[in-house]
Amino acid sequence: MGFSSPNSQLLSKIATNELHGENSPYFHGWKAYDNDPFHPIQNPNGVIQMGLAENMLSFDLIEDWIKKNPRASICTSEGLNKFRDIAIFQDYHGLSEFRNAVAKFMGRVRGDRVKFDPARIVMGGGATGANELITFCLADPGDAFLVPSPYYPAFGRDLRWRTGVQLFPVMCNSKNDFQITVEALEEAYEKAKQSNIKVKGLIIANPSNPLGTVLDREALKTLVSFINEKNIHLVCDEIYAATVFSAAPNFISVAEIIQEMDCNRDLIHIVYSMSKDMGLPGFRVGIVYSYNDAVVNCGRKMSSFGLVSSQTQHLLASMLDDEEFVEMFLRESAKRLSDRHKFFTMGLEQVGISCLKSNAGLFVWMDLRSMLIEQTVEAELELWKIIINQVKLNVSPGSSFQCVEPGWFRVCFANMDDATVEIALKRIQMLAGQGKEKEVAVKNKPWRKNLRLSFPARIYDESSVMSPRLMSPHSPIPHSPLVRART
Amino acid sequence: MNMLSKKARCDADGQDSSFFVGLQEYEKNPYDVVRNPSGIIQMGLAENQLSFDLLESWLARNSDVATFEKNGGSTFRELALFQDYHGLPAFKKVLVDFMAKIRRNKVSFHPNKLVLTAGATSANETLMFCLANPGEAFLIPTPYYPGFDRDLKWRTGVELVPIHCSSLNKFRITESALQEAYQQAQKLNLRVKGILITNPSNPLGATMTRLELNHLITFAMDKNLHIVSDEIYSGTVFGSSSFISIIEAARERNLENTDIWSRIHIVYSLSKDLGLPGFRVGMIYSDNETVTSAATKMSSFGLVSSQTQYLLSNLLGDKKFMKSYMKENRKRLKKRHEMLVSGLGNMGIRCLKSNAGLFCWVDMRHLLSSNTFEAEMELWKKILSEASLNISPGSSCHCTEPGWFRVCFANMKKETLKLSIQRMKTFVDSINDENSENQQLSFCITKRRSLTKWVFQLSLYDRGPDR
Repeated sequence: MGFSSPNSQLLSKIATNELHGENSPYFHGWKAYDNDPFHPIQNPNGVIQMGLAENMLSFDLIEDWIKKNPRASICTSEGLNKFRDIAIFQDYHGLSEFRNAVAKFMGRVRGDRVKFDPARIVMGGGATGANELITFCLADPGDAFLVPSPYYPAFGRDLRWRTGVQLFPVMCNSKNDFQITVEALEEAYEKAKQSNIKVKGLIIANPSNPLGTVLDREALKTLVSFINEKNIHLVCDEIYAATVFSAAPNFISVAEIIQEMDCNRDLIHIVYSMSKDMGLPGFRVGIVYSYNDAVVNCGRKMSSFGLVSSQTQHLLASMLDDEEFVEMFLRESAKRLSDRHKFFTMGLEQVGISCLKSNAGLFVWMDLRSMLIEQTVEAELELWKIIINQVKLNVSPGSSFQCVEPGWFRVCFANMDDATVEIALKRIQMLAGQGKEKEVAVKNKPWRKNLRLSFPARIYDESSVMSPRLMSPHSPIPHSPLVRART
Repeated sequence: MNMLSKKARCDADGQDSSFFVGLQEYEKNPYDVVRNPSGIIQMGLAENQLSFDLLESWLARNSDVATFEKNGGSTFRELALFQDYHGLPAFKKVLVDFMAKIRRNKVSFHPNKLVLTAGATSANETLMFCLANPGEAFLIPTPYYPGFDRDLKWRTGVELVPIHCSSLNKFRITESALQEAYQQAQKLNLRVKGILITNPSNPLGATMTRLELNHLITFAMDKNLHIVSDEIYSGTVFGSSSFISIIEAARERNLENTDIWSRIHIVYSLSKDLGLPGFRVGMIYSDNETVTSAATKMSSFGLVSSQTQYLLSNLLGDKKFMKSYMKENRKRLKKRHEMLVSGLGNMGIRCLKSNAGLFCWVDMRHLLSSNTFEAEMELWKKILSEASLNISPGSSCHCTEPGWFRVCFANMKKETLKLSIQRMKTFVDSINDENSENQQLSFCITKRRSLTKWVFQLSLYDRGPDR
């Protein structure tokens, strides 16, 4: 910002600039939510959180597995004998059983159409840490990465903040369902070139956040050809790989594509995590998988700054190695996501609200362009304020994803229970002006004990591990500020 | 065009070759009492393995932590989802209480000023990112932990300028050494942003004196610098002289609420005191809100696993247990320390007087063929191959005087330590015999010996530096 306050001279530029991105205007929604969080009993008219891309649909399956597998925990009597070996283990190669299990799991998620080499697995502090790590390995300060828009807002922080790398958006729009075109890629590349900025790579999220779509074979081949021709890197963030919930179109990983075509494999890198597919963002399991030996070597050393807790490695090594469980989990999780997605999108269709056709992710890309007074970002933000303050839903406006077309909103559907989704739908239907608003007789609803209450409810839960005012004495972004899920 | 970044290409990750060659040799031929009794004993790893039994018995008594059961309800899903970079409140509360206890409650800490990070490795790097721009410098007393070259410099672009400490005054930091280092930085056109100390020191194993701390504070006030105090070994103090934290020293001078107070930052971790390096629990404590705010956001790149936060908040929350644990742990460390010091003493090898840490700073200058670093490397190599002991040469810690070695004592069984002392004795005896033979034959010739290639081979199998 350019102040020369005492602090800005005494501290680094990084510490005092805004590139962490948390002071952007759209925190307004989060504040509204934090001040007035929905609770089915205590605050039924509160704001429902639909801005959090979290997968809360299948915890019971994992809890069940943990109960049945006490040896996977170093705290149980069955697992205690492993305690000291695990507690002392800080080797940045990671536990070999962990790497093996992750490699196997990644292959399974891709239908075993491709095999992953455990020796290429590098740990990161969540995908957040993994994305920053790969950027540090591939680009110098001032270099650039191309990124198709709309894109996950925290890429701005993860890829730029401490690395000094720039982002050049590859603009996509609804005319072709936001697909990435060669023209758009070339345009972004040229723009950087004209400013004398070196483009080091292209980063994509596949399946896409916020679109929820997967890239088809042709599209992936086009991307690989493009980077191959330009001799730049391709980083594929495949964090939503197992959230693909219908058979068609299939999820195709870049790992499969490079088996089918000639390309310089030293340019290909995958980022992965347990935060979405498994719904375990708290465990901070990020993975960098690179086909480039030098990157693996360097990345491994850098992973010292964000290793996965050995306790967590140990637990997951066991869980992901359980083939029967993995099979069942992937199948059941996909089914629940599919059911939820169907329920939600059909509910929206009933009131004439359409979403981009998608079959992956934990959200839909909702089209509210017809509700804008004018096709501008300002109008989008106005509509957004109405949705937050009057309709009482925290959704994420497309502008926060750098979308070039105003009027699109990302709406998350997997971070709440069935009853809350129904209420959310009713509120959206009200927004669309159809039907009277029916106050849900919340008090008469039999709330079952094992109800998966939406996140804010836990603030009221006395037995919660979190205290009421847990977030944000300082940050304007109150809760779960790890932006991966925030937006 | 170079395909990778400069950071990836250059070896400025500072991984010291001797450190890693030693590790590699060890891994090829590791000691095992049954399977490989003549293998190399690892004395280069500053790990605390002495008190696991105490932790294990606590776990055995508190199994509800394992199944995430609390108050009859399952906390699993809350933990699975918990990624708030402010950290688990219960965990930070017990951590600040624990830190205060270590400092005999002479200072108190507030959870809001604590930032959790993935190990002290990440805490130190994060502080550099917050306090200095690329090309700026931190002063650091030698000898220092080899991993700092990576943690503080690699991705941050910060430079380190050594504050030279000498055995003549037990490696204590002096005013003149501080001034010299500062002037050296200026000669190199480097803007100095702060000083980083490790207290208790690695590799010296000694706590800093009040006098040293006061020199530092005065210097930092005068030059408007930050002080980062890595107090990772603060809970391992076993000697009679106690540990004085930088915060305590500053408070004694009534410096709270003055400028310097907001420029003092502490780094801590559970890797040494509790022997849990695998769990990656580090932290930054600072009174400077801008620093904690930025550091908190940066911690996104390396948060502590919620599963681990939960386990340890329960462990550390058991105050009665922690009190007895710390007492017993210190007792065991003291015993081990004495064993090594007296064992070496019996063969004419002295150690720097120390009262903390998991290692001794051993004086083997008299065993060098010449007062050079080449001779030190020679001796190190010999100890590795003939005595089958992997210890750390002082040059890897940037010591300015050849002949000092860091020898760890807390990462092995008692019998193994005994054996390593025996091996050392055998080795020293053989050197003495050799020396007396040589003296009879000719006067010593100081010949510049070239280092064998393999000493400088960068290990492909390096595990990652441990302290």
